[in-house]
Amino acid sequence: MQPYRLHPAALPQMTLKEGSRRLLGFSSDVPLWRDERFLRAAAQSISAVLMIGAVVWLVTNFLQAAEQRGMSLSYDFLSQETGFPIGESVITYDPSRPFIYAFLVGLLNTLKVSLIGIIFATILGTIIGLARMSSNWLLSKLALAYIEFFRNIPLLVLLFIWYFAVFNRFPRVRDSFALPGPIYLNQRGLFVPWPKFTTEGLFFLGAILLGILAAIAAWIILRRLRERTGRRTYFGAVSLFLLLLFPALAWLGQGGQSITWDLPRLEGFNFQGGTGLSPEFAALLVGLVTYTAAFIAEVVRSGVQAVDRGQREAARAIGLSGTQVLSLVIIPQAMRVIIPPLISQFLNLTKNSSLALAIGYPDLFSVGRIMINQAGRAVPVFSMIMLTYLAISLFTSFILNLYNRRIQYEV
Amino acid sequence: MGVTTIEKRLAPPRRPGAIAWLRKNLFNSWLNSILTVVTVVVLIFILRAVLEWVFVNADWRPITRSPLLYLVGQYPRGELWRIAVSLWMVSFLFGLGWGVWRGLFRAFALALAAVLSAGVFLPPPVDAPALLFRLSWLINPLLVFLGFFLASWLHLKGRHVLIGWLISFIVTPILLRGVEGSSWLPSVETTLWGGLLVTLILAVGGLLLAFPIGILLALGRRSSLSVVHYSSVIVIEAVRGVPLITILFMTSIIVALFLPPELRIDRLVRAMAGMTIFAAAYIAENVRGGLQAIESGQIEAAKAIGLNNIQTIVLIELPQALRAVIPSLVGQFISLFKDTTLAVIVGITELLAIGRAVIQSDSEFIQLQAEVFVFIAVVFFVLSSVMSYSSRKLEERLGVGER
Repeated sequence: MQPYRLHPAALPQMTLKEGSRRLLGFSSDVPLWRDERFLRAAAQSISAVLMIGAVVWLVTNFLQAAEQRGMSLSYDFLSQETGFPIGESVITYDPSRPFIYAFLVGLLNTLKVSLIGIIFATILGTIIGLARMSSNWLLSKLALAYIEFFRNIPLLVLLFIWYFAVFNRFPRVRDSFALPGPIYLNQRGLFVPWPKFTTEGLFFLGAILLGILAAIAAWIILRRLRERTGRRTYFGAVSLFLLLLFPALAWLGQGGQSITWDLPRLEGFNFQGGTGLSPEFAALLVGLVTYTAAFIAEVVRSGVQAVDRGQREAARAIGLSGTQVLSLVIIPQAMRVIIPPLISQFLNLTKNSSLALAIGYPDLFSVGRIMINQAGRAVPVFSMIMLTYLAISLFTSFILNLYNRRIQYEV
Repeated sequence: MGVTTIEKRLAPPRRPGAIAWLRKNLFNSWLNSILTVVTVVVLIFILRAVLEWVFVNADWRPITRSPLLYLVGQYPRGELWRIAVSLWMVSFLFGLGWGVWRGLFRAFALALAAVLSAGVFLPPPVDAPALLFRLSWLINPLLVFLGFFLASWLHLKGRHVLIGWLISFIVTPILLRGVEGSSWLPSVETTLWGGLLVTLILAVGGLLLAFPIGILLALGRRSSLSVVHYSSVIVIEAVRGVPLITILFMTSIIVALFLPPELRIDRLVRAMAGMTIFAAAYIAENVRGGLQAIESGQIEAAKAIGLNNIQTIVLIELPQALRAVIPSLVGQFISLFKDTTLAVIVGITELLAIGRAVIQSDSEFIQLQAEVFVFIAVVFFVLSSVMSYSSRKLEERLGVGER
C-alpha cells in the first residue's frame, strides 16, 4: 500500500481524529465500522484471540485434570523395559527392549503390511479395472460384481471373514496343505521357501542391480539418441538384453549355484526354515488388498475412460500400432487423471491397516494400545501414535504430489 | 415387353439374435473366446462352491435363533413399539420428500418402502402378538405413499418437509431414550441399544452433526482471514491424516480420562462425536470442491448488486455448492455407514459387535463364525447397494457428471 502523502497545506484543517485515520490508511469519509480494511483487521484479531483463548483454556483444563488424577504426561518411560512380547517383528525384539523400540517394531509392521499391500492392491486393482473395460461381456460383468461387492461391505467385516472364517480354519500344523514349492498352509500361517543369505547370493543380487542400472542407462541414452536423430535405436530390446545379461552371466559363472533356498520343513510342532507369514499378517494383507483393489479398479477405469476417444482414433490415424497407442497416447494421459485419486487410495490402505488391532496383528496402533496399558501413559503414547500416522500421511502425499506435479506439467 | 423395376432398398437392420449377441460380446476374437471359456469355468466353480456352502454346509442357527438381536440388540422387547413409531415417522417423511422433490427423491422413498416391507418376513418375538408385529412393518410402505399423496395434494414446499425432518430429529432420540421416571415412556439405557439400530443411529447422527461443521470448515478454509484459514486447514488435514479408529479411540477413551467424574457422557454419544469429527473433515473437502466449482461471475454479480460477504456466501455460493455436492454426500453417508463397524473396537454394540456376542454366547457357535460374518457382510452389502443405486438415480436426475 502506498503511504498516504499529506500535503502540508492540508494539515491545519484536519482534526486529530481525522489525521490519525489518514495515517492509518483509512479514508475519512467512510465511518470506521463500515470500512472493510478495519473490519478485516478486527475480524482477524477477534478470531485470533478466540482461537488462542480456546487453546489456552483446553490446555489448562487438560493439565489440571492430568495433575488431579496423577496422570503423568512425560515421555521418560520410553527408555524403560517393556516386559511384553510382540507376536511378530521385522527387527529382532524381546521383552527386555525399551518402549521406544517396541513402538518402532509397531511402526515397521505397519509400514511392512502397507507397502506390500499397496503393491499387490495396485496390481490386482489394475487387472480388475482393465477387465471391467474388456469387450468381453462376461469378464466385464464379473469385474463389476467384484467391485460392487467389495465396495459395499465394511473392511472390518471383510477382515473378520478372512481371519476367523478362512485363515483360522486351515488345518492343524500336522495336516498342513502342501503345495508345490514346497509351500505349506496351516493354522499357523503360510510357509514358503526363502533364499539363504550367502555371499554367492549377494553377488547375484549385485548382478541383478547392475543389470537394472545398465538397462535404465541404455534406455535413456538410446531413447535420447533416437529423439535427436530419428534413427531406430532398438532401445527396448537393448535394455531388456542388458537387464538379463548380467544376472545370466553371474548365474553361469557361479555354476547355477547362485541362490540356495531355505526350505520350510516340519520339526517338532512347527515349521522351521523358509519364511512364514502369520495368519494375522496374511489375513490383514489379503483383506486390505482385496478391499482396496476394488477402489483402485474404479480409479483405473475412470482414468482410462477420461481420455477422449478422439485421441485413440487420431493416434490410429497417424499410423501408431496398438501398443504404441496405449503406451504413447492413452497411458500418459490416463496417468494424469489416475495419480491423484490413487494417492488417496494408498493413504487409505495405510490408515486402514490400523484395523489390524481387531485381528491381533501387532501394527503401530495395536502395539501403541499395549504400551498405553503397560506404561499407563495414555496421552503421551496416544499423541505419538497420532503424530506418526500424520507424518506417514503427509510424507506420502508430499512425495507422490511431487511426482504428480511432474507428470501433470511435463507431458 | 415391360420391365418392372424394383426399387432398391436396404434390408431392415436385423435384430441381433442370441448367437449374434454371443459372437459379438463373448467370442469376437480368439483371445476373447479363451477368456470367456476360462471365466465360465471359474464362475461355475465359484458358484457351485458358494451355493453348496449356503444351502448345504452352512449352519444358519446363529442368525435364525434370534434375528431381532441383530436389528435392535437388547432393546426391551416390550418397548419395541417406539422403534416402530420412529420408523413410521421416517417413512412418512420420505413419502413427503417424494411428493415435494418428485423424481429426485423417488428412488430413496421407494427403496425405503421396499426394505422396510421386507421386515414382514422376520419371525416375531416370542411374547409379542405375531400379527401386530408383521402389520407394524407393512404400515411403513403405506405411510410412504400417504406422505407422497399428502404432499402432492397440499402442494407442500421443501421447507415444510425440512421442518418435519428437524422435528423428527429431536423427537426420535427422546422417543428411543425415554424420559426418566415416566411410566409410559420409561428410560432405556443406550447400553441396551444394539445391532442395526445403533449402526444407523451412529451413521445418521454422525452425518447430520458433521454437515454444518463441515460447511463451516470449508468456508473457513476459503476465508481470507489467515487465522481462520490456517486453523481450518490444520483441523481438516489432521483429521484426514489419521485413521478413524484413532479418532474414535480419542473421543471414547482419552477424552473420558479428563472429564470430571460427575460429567459422564454417554458412550454412544462419545462414539458419535468421533464419527462426526471424522465425517466433518471429509464433508468440508467435498463442500470446498462445490464452492470452487462456482463461476467467479456469480460472486462478482453478487458484489455488483451490493450484497455483502455474508450475504454472498449464504444466498449465492452455498446454495449452488450444496446442490453440487448432494451425490457425494450420499457417498459419504455410505462410507460412514460402513465405518460404524469400527465402533465395535471401542465397545459399542453395533451390528458387528452383536455378531461377535452371538458367537460367544454358545459354545456350538464358535465354529460358525463364517456364517455370522457373511450374514453381516450381506446386510451391509444390500443396504449400501440400495443406497448407492438410489444415489445414482439422483445423479441422473440432477445431471451431475454429465456434460
